[in-house]
Amino acid sequence: MSGKNNHTIGYGTYIIVWIALLAFTSITVTVAGISLGKYTLVIALTIAAIKSALVINIFMHIKFDEPIFKVFLGLSGATLLVIFILTFFDFLYR
Amino acid sequence: MSNHSDTVHHKDNVSAKMGMWLFLFTEVLLFGGMFLVYAVYRYQYQDQFKLAAMELNTGIGTLNTIILLSSSLTVALSIAAMQKGNKFLSLVFLYCTQIFALMFMVNKFFEWSTKISHGLFPGSKELLAKPNGQILFYGLYYVMTGLHGIHVIIGMIAIAFIIVFIHRDKVTQQDFIKLENTGLYWHLVDLIWIFLFPLFYLIQ
Repeated sequence: MSGKNNHTIGYGTYIIVWIALLAFTSITVTVAGISLGKYTLVIALTIAAIKSALVINIFMHIKFDEPIFKVFLGLSGATLLVIFILTFFDFLYR
Repeated sequence: MSNHSDTVHHKDNVSAKMGMWLFLFTEVLLFGGMFLVYAVYRYQYQDQFKLAAMELNTGIGTLNTIILLSSSLTVALSIAAMQKGNKFLSLVFLYCTQIFALMFMVNKFFEWSTKISHGLFPGSKELLAKPNGQILFYGLYYVMTGLHGIHVIIGMIAIAFIIVFIHRDKVTQQDFIKLENTGLYWHLVDLIWIFLFPLFYLIQ
């Protein structure tokens, strides 16, 4: 068997990631209760991004998988970003 | 010779996973389009989105977040157990995932039925009497969490198949790519919820 594709992650790592995800959830809920004006959305989205990174890297194994999957992921993320930027340019300056 | 067949097998798994990732990216774009609509309208109707979001139950949203994150953990643990050759534990974790998924959908059912009994559903008199921004918020809420809910149900069906495959030894320690790909799908469902939760339930 190829070691690369068969990287085993122990139960412990997953449980630590899960605890981190729950911690970030409680942070985002707590922060939402505090009035921080326009920063609320930025903080909420930053925490969501950190949680996604944990899920993608560890739960979805992307960190240990073939590099081509990272390329796919980067491409779809970049596509989405371009669509968002172009739409907002159109929306704000029309 | 055995080395050779291993190589072929390895290549198969990579392409199977590649197919799954490509499919996941079409899903990302599907939901991405909806997040885009959400972003534009939230920008346009900031105050009304806040007002409308007050009606949503943050408690039930948080509970569902915890449930879904835990279900992602049990799927990951199930794959780890299968890698170690522990068929029994792998099945136990998958059954846990199914229970979590069911809990999520039951919560969703109660959440939606409360909203509907308050007259808050697309096309209702109460909702149409509200300003445009709030109508849009509820339209997006039902479409996005609804489509996500459909994904949860599809994921449950896929996991049910995997459970049968493991029982029949069609998915084993040597060949568990079906379990891995189903896991990837389940994590994507979790990922989408990670963004839906703050955008709908945590607007202040």
